[in-house]
Amino acid sequence: MENYDIVIIGGGPAGLAAAVSARENGISRIVILERDKELGGILNQCIHNGFGLHTFKEELTGPEYAGRFIDQVRELGIEYRLNTMVMEISSGKTVTAMNRKDGLFQIQAKAVILAMGCRERPRGALNIPGYRPAGIFSAGTAQRLVNMEGYLPGREVVILGSGDIGLIMARRMTLEGAKVKVVAELMPYSGGLKRNIVQCLDDYGIPLKLSHTVVEIRGKERLEGITLAEVDGRGKPVPGTEEFYSCDTLLLSVGLIPENELSGGMGVELNPVTSGPRVNESLETNLEGVFACGNVLHVHDLVDFVSEEAKAAGRNAAKYIRRSGAAGRDSVIRLTTGEGIRYTVPETICAACMDDRLTVRFRAGNVYKNCYVSVYFDKERMIRRKKAVVAPGEMEEIVLTKEQLLGHPGLETIHVKIEEA
Amino acid sequence: MEKKNLICINCPLGCMLTVTMEGDQILGVAGNTCKRGEAYARKELKNPTRIVTSTVKVTGGSERMVPVKTKSDIPKGKVLECVRALKNVAAKAPVHMGDVIVQNVAGTGVDLVATRDVEAVKI
Repeated sequence: MENYDIVIIGGGPAGLAAAVSARENGISRIVILERDKELGGILNQCIHNGFGLHTFKEELTGPEYAGRFIDQVRELGIEYRLNTMVMEISSGKTVTAMNRKDGLFQIQAKAVILAMGCRERPRGALNIPGYRPAGIFSAGTAQRLVNMEGYLPGREVVILGSGDIGLIMARRMTLEGAKVKVVAELMPYSGGLKRNIVQCLDDYGIPLKLSHTVVEIRGKERLEGITLAEVDGRGKPVPGTEEFYSCDTLLLSVGLIPENELSGGMGVELNPVTSGPRVNESLETNLEGVFACGNVLHVHDLVDFVSEEAKAAGRNAAKYIRRSGAAGRDSVIRLTTGEGIRYTVPETICAACMDDRLTVRFRAGNVYKNCYVSVYFDKERMIRRKKAVVAPGEMEEIVLTKEQLLGHPGLETIHVKIEEA
Repeated sequence: MEKKNLICINCPLGCMLTVTMEGDQILGVAGNTCKRGEAYARKELKNPTRIVTSTVKVTGGSERMVPVKTKSDIPKGKVLECVRALKNVAAKAPVHMGDVIVQNVAGTGVDLVATRDVEAVKI
């Protein structure tokens, strides 16, 4: 069996940034295991611009953004294995993987960083009635077909779901000569970034129908059309609002799910809200020395924040190895969520273990206008930040400082909630 | 006086801008959280521009397609013409990130460049 200090599962943006950061923090024996034939992950198919404004202060496309980190990984001489599928990780951090060159092999890691990313919610999760004809794709599959394989999945398109990938694909399919007839969204608000509604839909006159869903799929061999209907406040179709759209392609952009089969298999505890591991301030899971970052932890909107989070995970894994053992965690503060907040990452904080500054990321459960994001230390309100809009489609963050927390000895809970003005 | 609402597309914050206009004159921009926002509002109302990203075919490469972008933003009205101009373009591998694939695309004065490397493969 081989021995490494840190094994990183996944060579996408999270795995790359975690590897660079771990190396910069003094760890030499690192290996990235990647199942695809190249590093970069999903960024390779995200050919649009808009990446990197936070990280590099310039606007890059997905492949360019990935390229910056891949270059760093190569310059730092960090080892990576491509076409390598991780089969299992034991709770004792033995990683079992396979590829065509080495066959089946095992690596004993001192620390593991989970960076497997997420996958798209499929049609089967939606309960759309009708046949199963060709022409129904997840938006990311269509993105790969168009941008990497060079195929156009169809000519007349309807998109269900207004997540960012759906919006980006509405523009992409239009530029490739397809007619995108409508984007339908079940919720009364879009799940995507506002800028993508402007530059992907409004620019091309593509209508966005909120509170609408697909109630019928027509066509037996190839998709012939779909019926949209308005939904009421409980998500039920309203009779009499049905409208038929002829189309040969339906793209689904209906959410992303962190890919945690390996995590679950090794005994990592998952949060049912995020479908990602529960982590502490060091992004460490309930298993000592097992860290998580990026979309496997919780789905992000921006890769810049994935990189930032992954750097923290790499730094913390390096710290764990240098310390060779778990930190003394006597007093643990719990983060709890109140009105309007679905979850926070992390969920627990040990003030003595944290860096000087800790970014807590969270999402709202609904759209709130002119509200406050408030943070209470036990009963005392410490932060109250005015927000014009808070929406589920845009991740929020607050920064806590070590000084703040150490100034409150005996603090038990930090409560995050939305307060209406 | 007239007020127009825009959403800034410069970064994912998506600031909601309010532009105060008097006829064609822009009197003020509010709601932006950085100076890009004001510049965007002025440009968007007078001469809107976009960066265009697409793909072109590659021959003899490890990939079938290479992603490309306009090196800077081009007038919004030229976007469709720009992508149409790529239809019959094929790049020959090896391609390097930053290589010019089409010069002066659709007469915009802006070059189209590759946004990734594609290695050549021996046939």
